[in-house]
Amino acid sequence: MSRLPDGARVQVKSRLVETHTRVPMYIQGKTGVIERCCGPYRNPETLAYGKDGLPKEFLYRVRFFQSELWEDYKGNSSDTADVEIYHHWLSLESEC
Amino acid sequence: MPHDHHHGPSIDPTRLARYQNLAKAVTELLIEKNIISSDEIDDAIKGMDERGPALGARMVARAWSNSHYKESMLSDGSAAAEALGIPVDGTKLVVVENTEKVHNLVVCTLCSCYPRNILGLPPRWYKSTPYRARAIKEPRKVLKEFGTIIPESVSVRVHDSTADMRYMVLPARPTNTAEWNEERLRELVTRDSMIGAEAAITPGDQE
Repeated sequence: MSRLPDGARVQVKSRLVETHTRVPMYIQGKTGVIERCCGPYRNPETLAYGKDGLPKEFLYRVRFFQSELWEDYKGNSSDTADVEIYHHWLSLESEC
Repeated sequence: MPHDHHHGPSIDPTRLARYQNLAKAVTELLIEKNIISSDEIDDAIKGMDERGPALGARMVARAWSNSHYKESMLSDGSAAAEALGIPVDGTKLVVVENTEKVHNLVVCTLCSCYPRNILGLPPRWYKSTPYRARAIKEPRKVLKEFGTIIPESVSVRVHDSTADMRYMVLPARPTNTAEWNEERLRELVTRDSMIGAEAAITPGDQE
């Protein structure tokens, strides 16, 4: 698993997950830009079930334009949202 | 500061009582089985009670007064807290700066993650369902309800604490404070200004 570079355009995967996840629905399927890599962290999706959360995964802060998240967004077109997302939920836009 | 919007309870009182009873029962069992002592529990509660917005205000006032400290705080919030003797106990603190171009607002849409080591316990409204749902979707409207009007020329950036980072806002230094020392500056830094819900207090502007 190679680390995604800062500034890369990424798409958040969209999948039906019935178990624990820290990826909110409103960013699933959306495209954003890597703001920074926060480093490797244990995976909350297995930690939540008493496992060790290993192997660690890269966690990124991904920046989205609000107007792309919400159809009826009423703020400024430059307004953004930064959301933390784990590596396995992201794919480079060119590979989508 | 106008703050008259409705923060309805987000937890049903009957359920809350059940969880309080459950917490009490677990606490008693842990003590009975000598896993932890009641002194250790008291110390932990006391330690938490001693944490509060005054810690964050110290960091902000230092950043306003010292550009090197500000740079280090923006690149590694946890290290900057430790540098002032504020233990962060492993919390990964990210500090985001309000400027002439960007206004930052912090929320946790999934639960109520908050930089407790730096700001103490979160306010009730921060944990409420309406804030968590609306801050991400209509931040300008929510900010307006706090009395914070963001001009068109400024972008609003919402930070959703979905995972391991915790966020604190570095508010802009108020005008007319050029001669102020750190100790005086601390008084201008409110809890809500470090969440991004309002600006720091401008001297002479207090209600």
